[in-house]
Order: sequence, then structure tokens, then C-alpha cells
Amino acid sequence: MAETNYDLIIIGGGPAGLTAGMYASRARLNTLLVEKVVTGGQILITDWIENYPGFPEGISGPDLSDKMLEQARQFDLKFEYGEVESMALEGEVKSITVGDKVLTAKTVIIASGASPRSLNVGEEKFHGKGVSYCATCDAPFYRDKVVVAVGGGDTAVQESIYLTKFAKKVYLVHRRDELRAAKILQERALANEKIEMIWDSVVTGMDGLFGVENVGVKNIKTGEETTIAADGCFIWVGILPNTGFLGGALEMDAWNFIKTDAHMATNIPGVFAAGDVRSTPLRQIATAVGDSAIAATSAEHYLEGL
Amino acid sequence: MAEGILDITDDTFEAEVMNADMPVVVDFWAPWCGPCRAIGPMIEELSGAYTGKVKFVKCNVDDNPLSPSRYEVRAIPTLLFVKGGEIVETITGMTAKAKLEETIGKLL
Repeated sequence: MAETNYDLIIIGGGPAGLTAGMYASRARLNTLLVEKVVTGGQILITDWIENYPGFPEGISGPDLSDKMLEQARQFDLKFEYGEVESMALEGEVKSITVGDKVLTAKTVIIASGASPRSLNVGEEKFHGKGVSYCATCDAPFYRDKVVVAVGGGDTAVQESIYLTKFAKKVYLVHRRDELRAAKILQERALANEKIEMIWDSVVTGMDGLFGVENVGVKNIKTGEETTIAADGCFIWVGILPNTGFLGGALEMDAWNFIKTDAHMATNIPGVFAAGDVRSTPLRQIATAVGDSAIAATSAEHYLEGL
Repeated sequence: MAEGILDITDDTFEAEVMNADMPVVVDFWAPWCGPCRAIGPMIEELSGAYTGKVKFVKCNVDDNPLSPSRYEVRAIPTLLFVKGGEIVETITGMTAKAKLEETIGKLL
């Protein structure tokens, strides 16, 4: 059998990557986890998690991230920090270039996750100047101010509720006439006096001299356009998969999420995918860690068959 | 957060950053900010790597509200790259180490 640096390389250090790392290193696979910036992934920007079992009082995203990292580290998992620049996944030896290092392994788990989707209405120039994707980072800058939030899913509603701890008013702009978020979150948001729903509407742009001062909103049913005077605009309109670095190597669905079978296997033998990057009907921490337990075990079985 | 890194306040910002005798990287952070906490060790590593060449300081925005508002910081983590009293670059959000090293390179 060909020699490689590792049995398994995991790409991504969010809940999926850390769980795969824990399972694989407990199975005594020589495993490397490659992370672009810091471990934790999207839960680092999640203020409060109350649907991850084992934490009846709830837990903050960063705290859960710390615990997952601590647990993954207990079993000799190795880490490499840097961006994956290229990869060759076909064949028995997979090679992955990170910075100036070429790393090889017999199996790969892609757990590169997803990133918040932007509105594409010119908000980039206000990034860090009123536009934010992270309430737990930036909400305290909006104490007693007015903010606009965009979206209708779990993240938008949960984080809008968090914003009301600081902002005096939160306009939640949603393109439909009902929320998609979990019912308990909907109930809390609709009962919150600081949250005003702007139904059937989209954000069309924003302006301001040094930062956001006004947010443009359009009702898509009536066509009516209005301007809300607000100091901030928090955007939670879904996610995009972090699959750009893969090129066309793996089979994807129509939205560029990686297709797998029930064993988390992709179309390339020895390459698996887990977590938010995978084509799946639900993206939660609970589903990400479940994917990863399967993916790591599948990688182990694949190695045994080599 | 990084321990070996000088904590600056609204009162000491001018002296420690704008009038410093070497380039400065200011890390605006707060204890409640997950990404800030996560990049802490990386900032500490960079601080060690550039000892004597670039000064690293951190500013807790909870305790020091004036400095972020003076320098238009409305999101954290934000890193300010300062040379000779001028802000050369501002980076907001979690950023890969290689990109930070490249930006620090512009200060030297």
C-alpha cells in the first residue's frame, strides 16, 4: 500500500470536523484536521444554543466550541491551520496543498461547512460599519439604537431576539408573510415588544456617510418602497456551501452542496462529506455531529478494505 | 484573551497607539465575542513572532467605549494596523493568519 502522511485528513474545524476528528482519533487513525482560521465554525457566531442535547440550560456557541475542541484534542488529533489551495482526490493517495505544504492521506472528510449568504445589494462597503452577520459580536454596539434584521429562519429569529437585549427597536424584514423558524422562536419573537415584523418585504440597499444610517425596504406584494432610519443591518438570509475550493471534483446538488450516500461517501472512493457542506434536508449542530460519526466510521471501514 | 498583550484603555490609547515608536496592531475585542476569543491565541502567536518590530495591544470595547467610536469600529473582532499615528489598514472579522501576516508586512 502507498505511504501517506496520514490515514485521514479532515477539512474544516466546525462541529462536523471536530466530531469526525474525535471519532477517527479514538479509532486510532492517524488524523489531521485542517482549519482555515480557527476551530468552531458557525457556532462561534451563535449566541445561544438550546436544541443541542445534554445542555438543558442551553449553552453559548463559543462555549460549546471550546468543549468540542477540548474533547477532540483528548485523542491525539493533529491540527494544521491554513487555507486549502488545491487538492487531488482521485486514486489511492489523496493530496492536499495547504500553504506551502503538500499533505497526503488515504481518506478525506470534507467538513468545510457553509458561510452566511449576503444580500448583494451593496452591503459589502458597510461590512463592519453597520452591516453584520454576528449579533453576539456586534449587538452591544447598538445599545438603545434602531436596527434592521433580515430573514425568517431560526437564525434570523433567534438572533433578532438577542438583539433586543441591546437595541431599542428591531425591524425584522422577511420576504414572506410567515416565519420559517421553529415555533417556539416565532412565539417569542412575535411576543417581543421591541420586534416589529416587516412582512412580504426585502432590503433593497442602505446608505450613510460613515456607516449605515438608512435601510431601504420594498414590499414585494405592493411594490411600495420605504426607508427605515437605522444604525445597523443584521443579515441572516441563509447560507452558501464552502465548496468553491473543491473545483469540480465532487458531485454536487443544484446549490453546490456535496452529494453523499447514507455512509457519507461522495462519488470519489475514500472521500466523504459531513455537516453543513453536505446535501441534506436539515443543517443543525445535531445533524452535523451525526454525519461526522458516520463519515469517520465509514473512513475507518474504507481503510480496512484497502 | 492573550495574556502577554498590553491592555489599553480610552485614556492610554493616544500614547500607546498613536504616539508609539513602532507600528501597532490594535485588537478590539470583548469577553462576550466568540470569534474574538477564538482568534486570541493566534494574535498572541503573532505578537510573539514580531517582538521588537510590531507592538500588539488589545482594547476591551466594553470597558472603553470611546476608542471604538472614535475610530469608527462598530463590529468586533476588528484589528487596526497603525504606523506613525496613521491607520494603514482595518480588518474586521475572523481572518486567516497568512492574511494578517501579509498586512503586518505592510507596516514594516
